[in-house]
Amino acid sequence: MNQRYGLNKELAQMLKGGVIMDVTTPEQARVAESAGACAVMALERIPADIRAAGGVSRMSDPKMIRGIQEAVSIPVMAKVRIGHFVEAQILQALEIDFIDESEVLSPADDVHHIDKTAFDVPFVCGARDLGEALRRIAEGASMIRTKGEPGTGDVVQAVRHMRAVRSEMRRVASLEECELFEAAKQLQVPLDLLSYVHENGRLPVVNFAAGGVATPADAALMMQLGAEGVFVGSGIFKSGNPERRAAAIVRAVTNYRDAKVLAELSEDLGPAMVGINEEEIRTLMSERGQ
Amino acid sequence: MIGILAVQGAFAEHGSMLDSLGVDSFEIRAARDLGERMDGMIIPGGESTVMGKILDDQGMTGTIREMIGGGLPVFGTCAGLILLSESVQGGRPCIGTMPIQAVRNAYGRQLGSFSAQSHFGGQGPIPMEFIRAPAISRTAPEVEVLAEVGGRPVAARYGRQMVTAFHPELTDDTSVHRFFLESVVGGVPGAHQPTVCERCRTLSPLSDILRTCPSVAEHKGYYPR
Repeated sequence: MNQRYGLNKELAQMLKGGVIMDVTTPEQARVAESAGACAVMALERIPADIRAAGGVSRMSDPKMIRGIQEAVSIPVMAKVRIGHFVEAQILQALEIDFIDESEVLSPADDVHHIDKTAFDVPFVCGARDLGEALRRIAEGASMIRTKGEPGTGDVVQAVRHMRAVRSEMRRVASLEECELFEAAKQLQVPLDLLSYVHENGRLPVVNFAAGGVATPADAALMMQLGAEGVFVGSGIFKSGNPERRAAAIVRAVTNYRDAKVLAELSEDLGPAMVGINEEEIRTLMSERGQ
Repeated sequence: MIGILAVQGAFAEHGSMLDSLGVDSFEIRAARDLGERMDGMIIPGGESTVMGKILDDQGMTGTIREMIGGGLPVFGTCAGLILLSESVQGGRPCIGTMPIQAVRNAYGRQLGSFSAQSHFGGQGPIPMEFIRAPAISRTAPEVEVLAEVGGRPVAARYGRQMVTAFHPELTDDTSVHRFFLESVVGGVPGAHQPTVCERCRTLSPLSDILRTCPSVAEHKGYYPR
């Protein structure tokens, strides 16, 4: 294993049990940090607004990303379009802590993802099932997240993807070793990564939930379903009281099995983001990049 | 029995490390978990700002400080080092029981993260993983430096407190955890030995005193130093 890749997977391990929040300004980044975010995702528009605005969405302005890097001491992540390795080179030049090769932006390549092994900074990628997850890891991703359906406030897809990944892992773990060759062929993944899942019953990298998480209960739901941490995008700064909601989601992730604490945390948070149901939307972002 | 602070970060890795050494552990997520019996505590790596905030919000910071003051052996890695430091450059102190100064993100962003090999407490060299690591910029004279990398202290001990800027729990090398269990926890004459509580005069193990006596803060000296 390449030493840099080891260090990058280890940074993802440090984020476990934490909440990564989308922010669009240094001010929001400071709110997120003091509410207990373990990292922030710097982007020009949050997914709900990207969805509303339509058109092509791209990597954020480096000046805006720098502003956020200067505002906080926690890791700063930023998004690039699927397959856009030059946007990734630019973010690496900014010394970003993590790159999200994200379906939330318009894909730049409808066939290839970025060869992430060519970079020194870590990447997180979305996955709807075990095949996608292991293909992204084979390309060099240091962390996986569900794709969910960003910007909707509807958690149904994140649940679907997390359940799909977990149940496929259980199935792989139960196979006989001689059956792994065929399974690798069907899932279109490298045999060594599938063997890792077979032996350990888990992905070789950290697995977070993302997409549609809007309440402390949503966050705890994803944790109970096996997520190791949570990304919250539009759910915080599209809500009535971002500070309070952000802090409540942070504590919900720590106390995700304690319903009494979750009840307290869910009180009096003001209106959640309105959200849209997945049937009401035209662009299914999770279908981008498979 | 070792309690592992599990409010955020890489706590499961410490649990697996202790498992491999045949030592039992449990997760400390809420204030009530601090009342459980424990012979030592581990504060893992993660984001120190997050852990500090959750400890404060859940009213756990003062209790942990008192437990350490009372002699509970503690081992902090990376973020744990920052939380235990008396003074923090680029942040604010949290538990603050270890007379050292920490510098947050001393090696810069993730591109500055690195692996090294060095001696630890007269053993090794052992592998050391530094992930957006802090540095120890000052130590009180009584603090013993256990390891150095590039002329900078990266592990230290002060009485029953031990800190490392690196992550021994991310490697297969068990020397640092063994050192903690044998030399730091092992030096304690039995955490579960019955002790007289100086305040309420009951004879019970420390963990019971912490659970039953309402004014934990006033329990100075109930624990053998």
